[in-house]
Amino acid sequence: MADLTHPKVHASWETRGYWEGAARGELVLQRCRACTTVQHKPRGVCATCLSGDLEHVVASGRGTVYTFTVTHQNQAPPFAAACPYVMAYVQTEEGPRILTHIVGCDPEAVQIGMAVVADFQPQERTDGEQFAVVRFRPAG
Amino acid sequence: MSLSGACSIAGVYEHPTRWAPDKTEFQIMAESAKGALDDAGLTIDDVDGLFGASMTMGAMGIVELAEYLNLKPNYIDGTNIGGSSFLAHVTHAAAAIHAGLCQVAIVLYGSTAASHSVAIGTGMGHGSRNPWDSFQSPYGMTTVGSYAMVAQLHMQRYGTKPEQLAEIAVTMRRHASMNPAAKMRTPITVDDVLSSRLISAPLHLLDCCIISDGGGAIVVTSTERAKDLRRKPVQILGCGESVCHQEIGSPDLLTMGARQAGERAFGMAGVQRSDIDLAMVYDSFTITVLSTLENLGFCKVGEGGDFVSGGRIGLGGELPVNLDGGGLSSNHPGMRGIFLAIEATKQLRGECGDRQVADAKLAVAHGTGGTLGVAHSGATLILGVE
Repeated sequence: MADLTHPKVHASWETRGYWEGAARGELVLQRCRACTTVQHKPRGVCATCLSGDLEHVVASGRGTVYTFTVTHQNQAPPFAAACPYVMAYVQTEEGPRILTHIVGCDPEAVQIGMAVVADFQPQERTDGEQFAVVRFRPAG
Repeated sequence: MSLSGACSIAGVYEHPTRWAPDKTEFQIMAESAKGALDDAGLTIDDVDGLFGASMTMGAMGIVELAEYLNLKPNYIDGTNIGGSSFLAHVTHAAAAIHAGLCQVAIVLYGSTAASHSVAIGTGMGHGSRNPWDSFQSPYGMTTVGSYAMVAQLHMQRYGTKPEQLAEIAVTMRRHASMNPAAKMRTPITVDDVLSSRLISAPLHLLDCCIISDGGGAIVVTSTERAKDLRRKPVQILGCGESVCHQEIGSPDLLTMGARQAGERAFGMAGVQRSDIDLAMVYDSFTITVLSTLENLGFCKVGEGGDFVSGGRIGLGGELPVNLDGGGLSSNHPGMRGIFLAIEATKQLRGECGDRQVADAKLAVAHGTGGTLGVAHSGATLILGVE
């Protein structure tokens, strides 16, 4: 499997905290100050109570593989050259599930329930933005 | 008077094309409209309600479609919730007719997905600049990949076997072999499915729908009026819609929109699952069929693997599913929900020849739009004949 450089992230004011946090090596989630729900994907309101009183929190970065697929065919560059790669949902300790890739192990070794930790790939960009893509790798 | 049974499908038409490089979407829709109106014994001059959606129609596409058809409808609805749109359109048409807002509605779909190489299952979405899409596109999310994650979870949690998913594909192909219009008619075996290449594990090539061109049309009017038309009215007895998404507010990747929409539709129709003679369910992938049957309540979640085994969903089985061969073998021009209601209608009218379910009186059609495992819509119809 070739090393994959993830396509460029595009951020809005609602979502840039997540990507900027990733560039610092932090998994940043949103927490509602009104009802305490932790949510992902980030948005301008709490999707549980519609409060606008949200804060960013740094998550542990730990989670487990909720489900996954070893992708053998995706003709879109740059993914075609990276097949087979592992796309997965990771269940974070804080609650939200995050769509991601599992890296740092043989694709055939990935299992549901496997403990993973966040891994960050900084993006080389010319627009001045400091973003990284969040992946996960086996814990320990 | 209740909406249940108040309106009927009076005419249907499935465009025979599976490859139409020389046609446009609107042309396929217009040819389909002619076919369905002829079937009903009506003309375009009778139509005062226009419903439609396609893969390429823009924000005002339904207005452009009205212009193309030279229609001046009293009621228009361009709702696009993916492949289930047309089942929702039938519901919306019935509600509009029942409320007196229009009298004869036509529901249209047309697509040149295959001949114009539209990326459907893999290879799409990577160029999006939408910030919301950036939670998917950097990861190369594909349609098949998301359904594959649902299948993986189902297998891990309930021991569902690849052979059980494969039997769904084998059954759809068997049905397609009895449908002269189907694109893929040569019978296949479980081994054929399992030895076809992996696209996104655990889904193989033959677990995935085909890609074709195509289209269709459905005419809806009041049951009272339909009784005076050419065909036996197929009554709209129950309907339901839903949206289901994977992140906030959804407890589980195995919960589908089919649960919410199906409960409403069965409740409105006042019928039991055991009353149903045949089911038409969206089969983008084999797992879609299994999960839809579970969520519609034909078996418990987790028991779908056994339910689809042993010929139970084949012609002659306990619950025949997708008698036309489905998207897995007959046609899949991107948003195939319209064909679910068309085949259900033909079955209930007893017109299906070799693939006819004997004495079919009650059918369920359920469409899934969007992507299972990310965000999707569901629309259910319960259809019946007296």
